[in-house]
Amino acid sequence: MSGASSPPPKPPSADDDAFKRELVTLIPHLRAFARTLTGDPTAADDLAQDAMMKAWDARASYQMGTNMKAWTFMILRNQFYSEKRRSWRQSQLDQEAAERTLVAVDDPESPVALDELRLALATLPEEQREALILVGAGGFAYEEAAEICQCAVGTVKSRVSRARKALQATLEKGGYARDGRAAGDAMRSILAAADRLSSVRQG
Amino acid sequence: MTDTSTPPGKPPKGGASLEEARLRQQAIGVKLRHMFDEVVNEPVPDEFLDILRRADRKSSGESGA
Repeated sequence: MSGASSPPPKPPSADDDAFKRELVTLIPHLRAFARTLTGDPTAADDLAQDAMMKAWDARASYQMGTNMKAWTFMILRNQFYSEKRRSWRQSQLDQEAAERTLVAVDDPESPVALDELRLALATLPEEQREALILVGAGGFAYEEAAEICQCAVGTVKSRVSRARKALQATLEKGGYARDGRAAGDAMRSILAAADRLSSVRQG
Repeated sequence: MTDTSTPPGKPPKGGASLEEARLRQQAIGVKLRHMFDEVVNEPVPDEFLDILRRADRKSSGESGA
């Protein structure tokens, strides 16, 4: 971290190969996590690539056999927030992106209109959203999510719980939608979609 | 079980029961995982592997020189 502008090159080793193989298997997960953080596929892939390279450069500090998924997710998350801090206009951009997304809801041709959950997620505070994604979608235990977010396990638990409540309330009220949409529409379509998905899984 | 379904035409009543709330949370969970898995299941763009390959070559090339 300190001083040296570039780390000394390491000779390739069996460890490097094993590391690389495991890192490659994590790329799809890093892309998915990045997508939920940025909400934008292009920015997400840039972020996931940066995180992948940071993980590769830091491979000497990774202990083989420990949880590489959690480790790379932590790198990606740190990268995301440090880039965000650097760009003071980011919150304004987020707001503009959110408005564009909401406008897209009015377009019946837009696939965005089908995904109420994505819109409702965007209304959550960042730390609640990431906690819910890690635990509710990424399959991480609370302890692992706490490690990734560098906070206490109890904090993750309360963020997830608050996120779930807020998400449900938003979906039921249609709070993210512009006027003219019936309350409860989103929740009904989520219930129907979840039903289809679980019958596919059972079938 | 399969009786978790709410008939799509039936509007939720205000003040959902605990059971109903649980079912809704379950539905949100399923959808959330699906949304995440959709990206996980996308093919990885070649760019990712190219970048990693270049980095690998760079480090082995430098040490081999």
